[in-house]
Amino acid sequence: MSVCTLRINDHDIAVPAGTTLLQAAQQATIPIPTLCFLEGLSAVAACRLCLVEVSGADGREEPRLLAACVTAATEGMRVQTHTPRLQEIRRTVIELLFTEGNHVCAICVANGHCELQNLAVEVGMDHSRLPYRFPERHVDLSHPQYGLDHNRCILCTRCVRVCDEVEGAHVWDVGWRGEHCQIISGLHEPWGDVQACTHCGKCVDVCPTGALFHKVDTSSEKHGHPERLQRLMHARTHQQWTP
Amino acid sequence: MDAMSTNTPRKTRLATVWLAGCSGCHMSFLDLDEWLLELAEQADIVYSPVGSDAKTYPADVDIALVEGGVANADNLELLLQVRANTRTLVSFGDCAITANIPGMRNMLRGSDPVLRRAYLELADGSGQLPHAPGIVPELLERVLPVHELVPVEVYLPGCPPPAERIRAALEPLLHGERPQLSGSDQIRFG
Repeated sequence: MSVCTLRINDHDIAVPAGTTLLQAAQQATIPIPTLCFLEGLSAVAACRLCLVEVSGADGREEPRLLAACVTAATEGMRVQTHTPRLQEIRRTVIELLFTEGNHVCAICVANGHCELQNLAVEVGMDHSRLPYRFPERHVDLSHPQYGLDHNRCILCTRCVRVCDEVEGAHVWDVGWRGEHCQIISGLHEPWGDVQACTHCGKCVDVCPTGALFHKVDTSSEKHGHPERLQRLMHARTHQQWTP
Repeated sequence: MDAMSTNTPRKTRLATVWLAGCSGCHMSFLDLDEWLLELAEQADIVYSPVGSDAKTYPADVDIALVEGGVANADNLELLLQVRANTRTLVSFGDCAITANIPGMRNMLRGSDPVLRRAYLELADGSGQLPHAPGIVPELLERVLPVHELVPVEVYLPGCPPPAERIRAALEPLLHGERPQLSGSDQIRFG
């Protein structure tokens, strides 16, 4: 197994070839904020929160902005994870997410346990410098157990990926474009009409906000459970099915 | 007596303002409990729905805590008076900062659908749209956060901001310093 060495902030790190910058940073206990990324699912670099500044790769000296979750470490790379430019970008990304949808934390099922709400604190967002859009979005309550509130959806696609890659049902997809972009079930049918849905709840477990929720949950009662996915993936990978 | 009073530094002039909000931020302000006594020693409450009987917003205010979004003509008029007469405007709570729950009517696209829904469609047969110029303030087309209309110096998020968070903002302000709020205890929405 070939090894490459790179420098992240002031740390020299040796990692196996093919390791992503996010994994390399985790190995060096350098935290990089993430949102769409979830261990156990494929990485899609949708949210742009894990952007880092990379220089010294492919002979390029000018720092480039690359998503750490999908960029492989190469020999001689120099990576910066928390420059003022990156911190400004991350705060702007979170402000874009808050203003694009309708995120009313006070009445949300995920209030207090929401990854978006936590990231707002982490990036220092005490207000949005961008105007709120207040888009018209709907809520799908056709499923017997679960609900989908598009107002709270940030299009991270974790639900799409977990349903396709782990459950194998592929209920979810992304429909339309631009400001009309939304998560769709089946062929843009009500969720409750989609026969492919196994009612497993994995999409609800991995949703970072209150967009997917158990109908029995009211405000502040939803807790995400990404660790259930990770336990399942560990069991499948190692064939260890202890309860 | 006169000589003494000229040596006493002028007390901070503090106002609290209630726009389109549930008054929960003001209830949280009252949760400051015994610290309110210390606050009263350091500041004159010159305008406040919970601490003053003044009916018009005064001039020369040092600090104003402004609760609520801007939903109607009265809110907007008062906010402009506050901005014109206040050195440090604190956007106080999630409604002031994000429009929050009052802002949920914005998804209905304009004030007319909101009024029709509330006063005609859901009425029990005798519904009529409220119309009393000069008495009932007209709704604005959209509920807006305070800082989308006037400049804001300090943001104090939370629904409501807990009393300790309000104190963390007020203490530096009373000493003429700008609070540096960060971390989950001080800037969390919701």
